[in-house]
Amino acid sequence: MLSYDIVIVGGGPAGMAAALKARECGIDSILIIERAESLGGILEQCIHTGFGLQYFGEELSGPEYADRFIKQVNEQGIEFKLDTMALEITDDNVVYAVNKQDGLLEIKAKAVILAMGCRERPRGALNIAGTRASGILSAGTAQKYVNIDGYMPGKKVVILGSGDIGLIMARRMTLEGAKVECVCEVMPYSSGLTRNIVQCLDDFGIPLYLSCTVIDIHGKDRVTGVTIANVDENRRPIPGTERYIECDTLLLSVGLIPENELTRAVGIELDPVTSGAIVDEMRETSKEGVFACGNVLHVHDLVDFVTLESQTAGEGAAAYVQGKKTKGDRIATKGVGAVRYIVPQKINLNANDDVKLFFRVGSAFKNATVKVKYNGEEIISRKRPRLAPGEMENVIIKKDMLSSFSKDGVIEISVEV
Amino acid sequence: MIYDVAVIGAGVVGALTARELSRYDLKVALIEKRNDVAMGTTKANSAIVHAGFDAVNGTLKAKLNVRGTALMPQVCSELHVPFKGIGSLVVAFSDEELKTLDVLYERGVKNGVEGLEIISAEKLKELEPNVNPDAKGALLAPSAGIVCPYELTIAAAENAAANGTEFFRNFAVTSIDYDGEAFTVSDGKDRIKASYIVNAAGVNCDEIAALIGDDSLKVIARKGEYMLCDKTVGGLVNHVIFQCPNPMGKGVLVTPTVDGNLLLGPTAKDIEDKENIDTTADSLAYVLEKARKTAPSITTREVITSFAGLRAHLESDDFIIGRSEKNDKFINAAGIESPGLSAAPAIAEMIAGIIASDAGKEPSEGFDPVRPEPVRFRHMTNEERAKLIAENPSYGRIVCRCETITEGEILDAIKSPVGARDVDGVKRRTRAGMGRCQGGFCGSKVVELLAKELGVEINEITKFGGDSKILYDRTK
Repeated sequence: MLSYDIVIVGGGPAGMAAALKARECGIDSILIIERAESLGGILEQCIHTGFGLQYFGEELSGPEYADRFIKQVNEQGIEFKLDTMALEITDDNVVYAVNKQDGLLEIKAKAVILAMGCRERPRGALNIAGTRASGILSAGTAQKYVNIDGYMPGKKVVILGSGDIGLIMARRMTLEGAKVECVCEVMPYSSGLTRNIVQCLDDFGIPLYLSCTVIDIHGKDRVTGVTIANVDENRRPIPGTERYIECDTLLLSVGLIPENELTRAVGIELDPVTSGAIVDEMRETSKEGVFACGNVLHVHDLVDFVTLESQTAGEGAAAYVQGKKTKGDRIATKGVGAVRYIVPQKINLNANDDVKLFFRVGSAFKNATVKVKYNGEEIISRKRPRLAPGEMENVIIKKDMLSSFSKDGVIEISVEV
Repeated sequence: MIYDVAVIGAGVVGALTARELSRYDLKVALIEKRNDVAMGTTKANSAIVHAGFDAVNGTLKAKLNVRGTALMPQVCSELHVPFKGIGSLVVAFSDEELKTLDVLYERGVKNGVEGLEIISAEKLKELEPNVNPDAKGALLAPSAGIVCPYELTIAAAENAAANGTEFFRNFAVTSIDYDGEAFTVSDGKDRIKASYIVNAAGVNCDEIAALIGDDSLKVIARKGEYMLCDKTVGGLVNHVIFQCPNPMGKGVLVTPTVDGNLLLGPTAKDIEDKENIDTTADSLAYVLEKARKTAPSITTREVITSFAGLRAHLESDDFIIGRSEKNDKFINAAGIESPGLSAAPAIAEMIAGIIASDAGKEPSEGFDPVRPEPVRFRHMTNEERAKLIAENPSYGRIVCRCETITEGEILDAIKSPVGARDVDGVKRRTRAGMGRCQGGFCGSKVVELLAKELGVEINEITKFGGDSKILYDRTK
């Protein structure tokens, strides 16, 4: 049996940032397990720019952003195993993994960091009627075919869902000579970043139909068209608004789901809204010594925030291994009304630092006020010119403030107009 | 070369019939118009082995259902196909439906179904705590079970091939000539000669029979739509749960599958186009509504995919199995709708019996009924896994994360005697792409493996044959 202080499942931006931070905190014995054939995770297929503005203050492509961390991982001599899949984490933190070279690996860890990322919601989850012909695929799969394999998955494309990958692929497919007919979004607003709507749709004259969805897919062997329709406020198609659009491909960008199979199997408590683990301010889950960060914890808008969050998890795991992690009473956080969720869901009252609470809203706002309340009493109020479901928000709770709270209290965030 | 028998249609009936025929000293050709076996009715049905109380006494359906269900456990064991004898329940929600249970019970006893029992609402609640508390009672049939129909078909075709059957795919029969001694079957390009023909062409069996001038069959394609739910709710019910039957069929059922998912459906709607397997919003809503009557906690949140299949319904409402009136060496297996899967081993036995006795053939000594068990990494212990990877490292690479399917298993599926030639073929043989992400991650890897093994460019790989290509040209 192998043995490490920290085993990190996933070598994408989250896993690498966590590993580097743990090393910085003095942990020598670290192993990253990565299922792909290289480090970097999904960034490797994101060849567009827009990464790193927050963290590096410059605009990088996905592979460039990943490269900066891969270099450091190598420089630091942090061990990693590629093409290796974690199968199971046991109750006493033994990680079972497989690869071709080593066969079945049994790895004992003092602390585990979960950084498996997320996956795309498939067509089946939407229950769209129609054919099961070829030509229906998720935007991320299309991105892999185009950017990694170098093949076009379609020529005449309709995109359902205005998530960021869908928007990016609208531009990418257009640049590669495909005709993108439209992007349909069932909600009255886009779930993607504003800059992507401008740069990927508006600049190319691709229409974005809001409150509109695909209700039928046609074609026997290959998709030949889709029927779209406007929807009412309950997201039900409005009779009489149906339109047929000829296309050979339907790309889906309808949401991302944290990949928590391992997490669930080990019995870690999950947040039904984020579909990720419930964590404290250091990103420790309900299982002692197991941490989670990045998109496996909650889906982020920017990789920069993944990096920052994962550094916190790396620091937490290091402290845990060194016996320095804060233990004590924790207070719960709770999103109210339009605030769909908050990460972390629990905070140690004697946290070592100020705590940044990340949250997302469920609908779009202009000139709103974000209010933080402790047991109903307002403690923070921040004006925001705009809030959108596609963008993650945050507020900071001061360390001193926390120490005056009680574990039986609750910290609530709400939005007021 | 003249085959003794050409079996047209490689669904569950065709494949099991080819296997039964290969028990005898007979040269068998199994002919399929699609790119794989199990591409018609077989791949989209309720996957139920019925106890046999539905069919009217004295019908072929009744007789072959009971016989087929009795044969099924052994056939599955020989072919290494999972069969679970979980039993079925028909649930009654009114006093009138309670009377229907009595009718079904009586009919079942006459059909020779063993172990039938009418149970109280209390007993039902004990057996199935998630079933609607409004249920007034149920008919319990312990001999019913579940099996994966395409897995059974693939295994039967592989076993038939191992015993000498030749498989022809992408061979759409367009003409059949008879010269007094042998048939010549053609797809317009190639020809296959055979002394006997078995017509196991599913919804197209009437068109195949018509090629020899037999116009006695008239198939009505009856569409059934289904929804498949995630494994997290696979344990919602413990039995196959039916509602009381109606004139169109057995209604919407709720059942676990052998792979641990939950299956809901089907609808029943007669349609014109025999290739139309599109799902419709109305039907899916209907399935959900009806399934909720059985188990109210079902929601769309757990649905991972939906699909539709066609049943080959005949006006006579019974199977037609036997020699055609036009040619006694042309054997029809027609009107194979429910309980066709359950009856399939018995249909195969019956047809092979007719041909073998007609041709004066005895069972051959070389027949091996066992299809070797495929590697199923996900079901192995860690010790078994370590040993397996040491012997063959390709089992050390996981390709499908959701279902834990290895590269080795995918290569096995492509290289097997009736191997996968497309992405859906790999999926049906290995479950790669059948999990929660529905091939989002592994789809492109499966395409690469297929291209490499088949020696073609990746943009020649299809989803399910025909024009279902996955990729077009290279990027700029």
